[in-house]
Amino acid sequence: MNWEIVIGLEIHAQMSTKSKLMCNCDASFTSEANTHICPICTGQPGMLPVINKQVVESAMMIGLATKCNIRKLNEFARKNYFYPDLPKGYQISQYDKPICENGSLEIDVNGVKRTIGITRIHMEEDAGKLVHAGSDNIKDASYSLADLNRSSVPLCEIVSEPDLRSAEEATAYAQKIRQIVRYLGVCDGNMEEGSLRCDANISVRPKGQTTLGTKTEVKNLNSFKAIEKAINIEVERQIDILEEGGEIVQETRHYNEATNSTKSMRSKEDAHDYRYFPDPDLVPLLIDDAWIKKVQDALPELPEEKKNRYMNSLSLSEYDANVITVEKETVAFFEETISFGAKPKDTVNWIMSEVLGTLNQKGIELSQTKLTPKLLAELLILIDKNTISGKIAKTILPQIIETGENAEKIVAEKGLAQVSDQGEIKKIVEAVINENAKVIEDIKGGNPKAMGFLVGQIMKRSAGKANPGIVNELLNELLS
Amino acid sequence: MNDILKLTAIEISKKYQTKELSCSEVTKAFLDRISATNTELNSFVSISEKTALETAKIVDEKIAKSQRLALLEGVPIAIKDNMCTSGVATTCSSKMLANFVPSYDATVIEKIRNNNMPILGKTNMDEFAMGSSTETSFFGSTKNPWNTNTVPGGSSGGSAVAISALQAPLALGSDTGGSIRQPASFCGIVGMKPTYGVVSRYGLIAFASSLDQIGPFSKNIDDSAALLSVISGYDHKDSTSQPNIDTDFTKISSQKEIKIGLPKEFFANLDPKVKELYQDTISILSKEGIIFEETELPSLEQGISTYYIVAPAEASSNLARFDGVRYGYRNQEAKSLVDMMELSRSEGFGAEVKRRILIGTYVLSSGYYDAYYKKAQQVRTIMKNDFQKAFSKYDLLLSPTTPTPPFSFGEKSNPLEMYMNDIMTIPANLAGIPALSMPFGKSNNLPMGIHLMGNLLEDQKLFSIAKKIEQILGFNIQNPYWEK
Repeated sequence: MNWEIVIGLEIHAQMSTKSKLMCNCDASFTSEANTHICPICTGQPGMLPVINKQVVESAMMIGLATKCNIRKLNEFARKNYFYPDLPKGYQISQYDKPICENGSLEIDVNGVKRTIGITRIHMEEDAGKLVHAGSDNIKDASYSLADLNRSSVPLCEIVSEPDLRSAEEATAYAQKIRQIVRYLGVCDGNMEEGSLRCDANISVRPKGQTTLGTKTEVKNLNSFKAIEKAINIEVERQIDILEEGGEIVQETRHYNEATNSTKSMRSKEDAHDYRYFPDPDLVPLLIDDAWIKKVQDALPELPEEKKNRYMNSLSLSEYDANVITVEKETVAFFEETISFGAKPKDTVNWIMSEVLGTLNQKGIELSQTKLTPKLLAELLILIDKNTISGKIAKTILPQIIETGENAEKIVAEKGLAQVSDQGEIKKIVEAVINENAKVIEDIKGGNPKAMGFLVGQIMKRSAGKANPGIVNELLNELLS
Repeated sequence: MNDILKLTAIEISKKYQTKELSCSEVTKAFLDRISATNTELNSFVSISEKTALETAKIVDEKIAKSQRLALLEGVPIAIKDNMCTSGVATTCSSKMLANFVPSYDATVIEKIRNNNMPILGKTNMDEFAMGSSTETSFFGSTKNPWNTNTVPGGSSGGSAVAISALQAPLALGSDTGGSIRQPASFCGIVGMKPTYGVVSRYGLIAFASSLDQIGPFSKNIDDSAALLSVISGYDHKDSTSQPNIDTDFTKISSQKEIKIGLPKEFFANLDPKVKELYQDTISILSKEGIIFEETELPSLEQGISTYYIVAPAEASSNLARFDGVRYGYRNQEAKSLVDMMELSRSEGFGAEVKRRILIGTYVLSSGYYDAYYKKAQQVRTIMKNDFQKAFSKYDLLLSPTTPTPPFSFGEKSNPLEMYMNDIMTIPANLAGIPALSMPFGKSNNLPMGIHLMGNLLEDQKLFSIAKKIEQILGFNIQNPYWEK
């Protein structure tokens, strides 16, 4: 049978605010257990939560960037359940009145564009973390300790419609969300540290059927690769069951990256009754048009807008515009580099291949190098002015990255400036012609490859400094 | 008996300014009284003699230097044991928190400390403020000084007894459905629940967050108004606290015509003796020019049922944090996580607390939420509207505080009967309006209170009219225990 895959993603993005959602504690990550805590986020008796306004604005930003409606009258709800990492015995979240609803974003998989609906975005607080002694789970541990640093750290949960039709689309969607939250500066998008976490609701149905199949929720997707692999393996599992005449059980499944398989965590029957109700400690949060406008006006340029601008006013190809806008850091570097006079197209090529290539080899980030946009622009301008060749430029880039010296200085010190003196080049050209009589014959016999060999020899003898344009000009002149 | 004990808080204040009394002398007098009477009355769970006398010393230094004292500065106070006091056990009269010592002060405690009011100790209460008799305390029940076979009311029974037995000139209680006003009525003193949000709940161990409010106990209206002035005000740490309020409640506004509504819904189940007293009082007050009119607030009849959905629902969630993990009672024998939580909670909470957690968990369950909690919230809105309508016609609404005179220990063993005792007081919590109880008569030598309800944020007007009524009635709050 021909199956259609239906996927919806729930993405938890940790907001990179200074303080937590409900108290003034430092919300940043620390490995020292229970150092970012206070009576409020440890759920001491009598303590009351107070909403961090910054988180509300972050959620509004994500909503506005994904074309959501922003709710004017917001309510926080308590999600009640017992667990030792949940100090109050309930999580403060939003239930039936989320801050953002009915948005969408566009994804592009191999040139095919699709619009994916966003059901809702809501704010909630994170739980703490348990550390188990002698086991990786609480059941077999000799004892377990709670680290409440993460308790009440702000999260935004972004829930998509079941609009995704393949693992590739799901991955592209997750990447897009990551790109947006990073552009907005509201989340660092670090999946390894758990700043961005993803659950996938997956079902399959015969092609053409309009009703949804029974879904499973797959948890623990900690990388884009894991999202893709987990979806594929879960889809395969579901199709196998259905094709053998079985039924899918609605349940929560845990993805194990090591074994590339999913395992049942709990079925629908064991699902908690969270007893949601509006948190009486928090008054309804009112968002007026003026506040929405203020946030809207302060939104940075988003990837999609940047891409279109680059294509329209910088004449970049869609491919170039795409690759340069993927990462916020790269795009900032790009914009600054061209502001110093470097040509956009050359700048994209240099950043994407030479700069990132060199950095990748060294295993460092753009932000950690001594290469500044100004230094890169100076290098590219030297090529543009024919002071050095692209080839020479490539050889000195690692030194700039290493030392932060400017290109002009390196070129001068090492005598790498391109030779454009006709007389000087002519001497070399003549010498090479004289030494390669056989090659000359080949050229005259119509072998174009032989010409390339000759140019190579000339460049070699000039230590790469001869202006290739002049070399070609002279060769043609002398051989005609 | 030391005459100091009979003084009102404001009288004590005045005697500091004139140097007739020192704060240490006053504080010592009350501490002595507590140690002489607490064994019998069991109104205090803990006594903080040392810190109280230290605070008194600071005040005496100011008095010696003839420095001006702030309102009620240096007047000793007793605190209900559900308000967090840094470094001092805060138990909610529960086994669960018997050894719990907070590392922080509630906002009201901070205000009390900043005003150099010596804290005499923490008072007994119904466990987690759930009860109307102080019988559910893990530390044993508190006795009513008017008759030690009689309950003092609850849940703030300890604080009410502290005032009526002259163990403290002032006390703080909390009121979720009548927990200040009902014991004030049973003990023949003044107890007031302010408008919701006038006093910060930060540091008050929550019973039902949307209903809980801290308020004063005192011998008379003036003292309560003064104490509310000290403890009230906007608090950024409590999102539900009222911004921009005038916190001077001592200003007495006089108005020519006072019009008071008498809700019909409250007359039905009155004890005959209470009814008689009530009617007599109304005729006395009428003769003094106060206008009374019977009125209808139909939603009041749903008060108890609404309350017993909302309060347990919130409580079931508020009390979830007592799981034995971070603080409080923990069963040491449990072999698994679930056992540890279940046993700690089963053994740490008393029967009434467990009953309410069960009710609350049930009404919030999926499938029942709309039928119970949501509906109850809708009734609250209707009730608020009924009150708004009534207060457009009347300055206050008046009724007895309780349908019956104070009862004996063990008399109300059926929980529903106990709950009925709060029928008059609960609506004020559901609507968030200010209300107070003040003594107006006696039945079998036991005091009875009348209950005044005011419009939202009209706490000051409530005090003003209550003061006028107090002057007319001239109730003598002295009870037989004063001679002990």
